[in-house]
Amino acid sequence: MTELQYKETVVFERPTALTPTQTTYCPGCTHGVAHRLIAEVIDEMGIRDDTIGVAPVGCAVFAYRFFDVDFVEAAHGRAPAMATGIKRSLPDRFVFTYQGDGDLVSIGMAEITHAAARGENITVIFINNANYGMTGGQMAPTTLPGQKTTSSPTGRDVELAGYPIQMAELIASIQGTSYVVRRSLHDARNIRQAKKAIRTAFEVQKRGLGFAMVELLSTCPTNWHLTPPDAMNWLKENMLPVYPLGDYKIHDAVKSAGI
Amino acid sequence: MPAKGKIVVNDFYCKACGLCVSVCPTQVIQLAPERLNVRGYHPAEQFQDGCIACATCAMVCPDAAITVYRLTPVAEQEA
Amino acid sequence: MTKELIKGNIAFAEAAIRAGLQAYFGYPITPQTEALEWMSGRMPELGRAFVQAESELGAINMVYGSACTGARTMTSSSSPGISLMQEGLSYIATSEVPVVVVNVMRGGPGLGNIAPAQSDYNQAVHGGGHGDYSPIVLAPANIQELIDITYESFDLAEKYRCIVMIAIDGSMGQMMEPAELPPFREIKKEHPAWAIVGAKGRKPNLICSLNIDEVEHEKVNLRLLARWNQIRKNEVRFKEYYLDDADFAVVGFGTAGRIALSAVRAAREKGIKVGLFRPVTLAPFPEKQIEALAARMKGLLVVEMNTGQMLDDVMRFGKDLSPVRFYGRPGGVIPLPEEILREIEALATETIPADIHPRDLWFDRLTAELGLTYEAA
Ligand SMILES: Cc1ncc(C[n+]2csc(CCOP(=O)(O)OP(=O)(O)O)c2C)c(N)n1
Ligand code: SF4
Ligand code: SF4
Ligand code: SF4
Repeated sequence: MTELQYKETVVFERPTALTPTQTTYCPGCTHGVAHRLIAEVIDEMGIRDDTIGVAPVGCAVFAYRFFDVDFVEAAHGRAPAMATGIKRSLPDRFVFTYQGDGDLVSIGMAEITHAAARGENITVIFINNANYGMTGGQMAPTTLPGQKTTSSPTGRDVELAGYPIQMAELIASIQGTSYVVRRSLHDARNIRQAKKAIRTAFEVQKRGLGFAMVELLSTCPTNWHLTPPDAMNWLKENMLPVYPLGDYKIHDAVKSAGI
Repeated sequence: MPAKGKIVVNDFYCKACGLCVSVCPTQVIQLAPERLNVRGYHPAEQFQDGCIACATCAMVCPDAAITVYRLTPVAEQEA
Repeated sequence: MTKELIKGNIAFAEAAIRAGLQAYFGYPITPQTEALEWMSGRMPELGRAFVQAESELGAINMVYGSACTGARTMTSSSSPGISLMQEGLSYIATSEVPVVVVNVMRGGPGLGNIAPAQSDYNQAVHGGGHGDYSPIVLAPANIQELIDITYESFDLAEKYRCIVMIAIDGSMGQMMEPAELPPFREIKKEHPAWAIVGAKGRKPNLICSLNIDEVEHEKVNLRLLARWNQIRKNEVRFKEYYLDDADFAVVGFGTAGRIALSAVRAAREKGIKVGLFRPVTLAPFPEKQIEALAARMKGLLVVEMNTGQMLDDVMRFGKDLSPVRFYGRPGGVIPLPEEILREIEALATETIPADIHPRDLWFDRLTAELGLTYEAA
């Protein structure tokens, strides 16, 4: 029998909005997945030339190295303020922030809340990995009750250290917002849904419909001390009950735009 | 019959996290036992036939290292 | 153009608008708030960006973002608010984006009060935030000068890609004086090559204050210093009054300089040959001029609305050449012309002990006069 000849069709490839650079993320960290999804959306919408990213302080501090678009690097937590300044001066560009949970929920709580309240026409990608990754796994506002971190060695004691902040719910409660959802990056199906949400968040900005935030539950295998596949499982088992996935705010204008 | 496919892993990006290995429904990916990339990782590779081009591996890959191809027999196509 | 009666806070706000200001971000704080209020009406009316931020921290980071696009951007605040902005100012300085900041100083430290003061001198001239950097600091002493300096400050900031801080105090913010506003300038259409505007047709631009490689960051520090040396060479500004035939000189900036001028005139009427040297750039400091002045004078009197912050700079360049005396009122108290006149008279008649710091001598004089006693050091 002769060998069959095959035609190869690309089903999936690396998005061009990612630079040909190795990321600084630990093996298996889903920061990388979130980056890839944003890059895919930039490619699909053809907005590489008009997109401006705002990098956070956190493990994604070097995000600017990984995207082939103009970038600024904000101070810890101030990305939404910086994005506001950029967007107000360049209203026709796509401006997105990329922020961790220490950055967005702790030190940057005021900036994110007020950017949301003003309905800034920006896209916020919020990575919730239940700890401070970059500084070595300390407790974050998002750390789960009982979760051990390097600064809650016996587990987060809610009596002393309070409760996790559910950011999507909180931001969605602000009238100024247009699109606020929570998705997860723990398996392929959820990653596909996360991608759709990121696309919608950029489409909201494109149509001038206002503030959009996608909260992404993300892993930190290194500081969770788990293998990457186990970290995916840990997220599913432990984070989903505290951070239910869902659409927390979809403004009528977004619905009727049919995005 | 499921589609026929293949993947190509770009060694430059792969960090051998094993996520692709853990999710492949047909279990055709392994971390190359004998090979190291420039960073000292054993990169992922498709080690046997049976890929169905589902792109599940590429979807979870944090380093965008995987290209997925669908393979269509040329004869079949022409028919 | 004709002169109109105009309040300091409105004057600098409108001057900035006429200089082609494209974006303003601020937060209310007395005695600066009228500027923010003015901007809130004028900027939207002209189709320009205005945001009342959630805090000064928010405001300065909006300023940072906007300035990264190459847009002419400013903020204004008063002492406690400027303290809160220091984080952003350090990042802005490192990123080399041009920004104009007005500090309408009030009585400090702490919440202090809303009375005029000059106690942020050190914070301003030394940068204020972390790291090695130097902003240009300009201190006008009347409304016309405030207008002219504000109008020009954007060119300066853009020329050197640095922070220009205009340091006035609450009395100048609130004061009304006849002054002439400049003509409207066109809004810039072009973006500078370094700006963050979208990477159309080119590789991405990055504006960033991070350099994980310390050797690279050392180079950034040295580049900032090289530019600062240019500024020191080119931009020193000062005003001199009655100094040609003077034996004594008062040194004072801003409102203190302005009050000192009345005292100098009164002293001249009494036959004392005294003049006034008023630094306009607090940074770069008129070092050579102070040195030359001290060499010519029989004595210097430094007058400030603080406990002697500029005094240290005057001492650095003048103390070996001339005796120095100090008079200050901190915490929001404004020195009266009579007080300064008395000091000038003492300068002209008394010998200044060489071995005691002028601040210590002043402290003893002032506390005795106020009837205050403190534990001896
Ligand atoms: C003002 C300031 N405070 C503290 C830090 C130190 N710091 C750097 S990253 C970080 C935490 C980041 O955690 P998170 O936002 O959760 O992002 P992750 O690293 O987990 O992605 C902290 C506290 C800083 N850079 N600046
Ligand atoms: S420390 Fe955690 S969040 Fe940071 S890159 Fe590593 S795995 Fe990812
Ligand atoms: S998921 Fe990507 S990085 Fe991880 S082993 Fe597979 S190819 Fe390598
Ligand atoms: S495309 Fe699907 S079947 Fe093929 S290697 Fe990847 S996960 Fe396995």
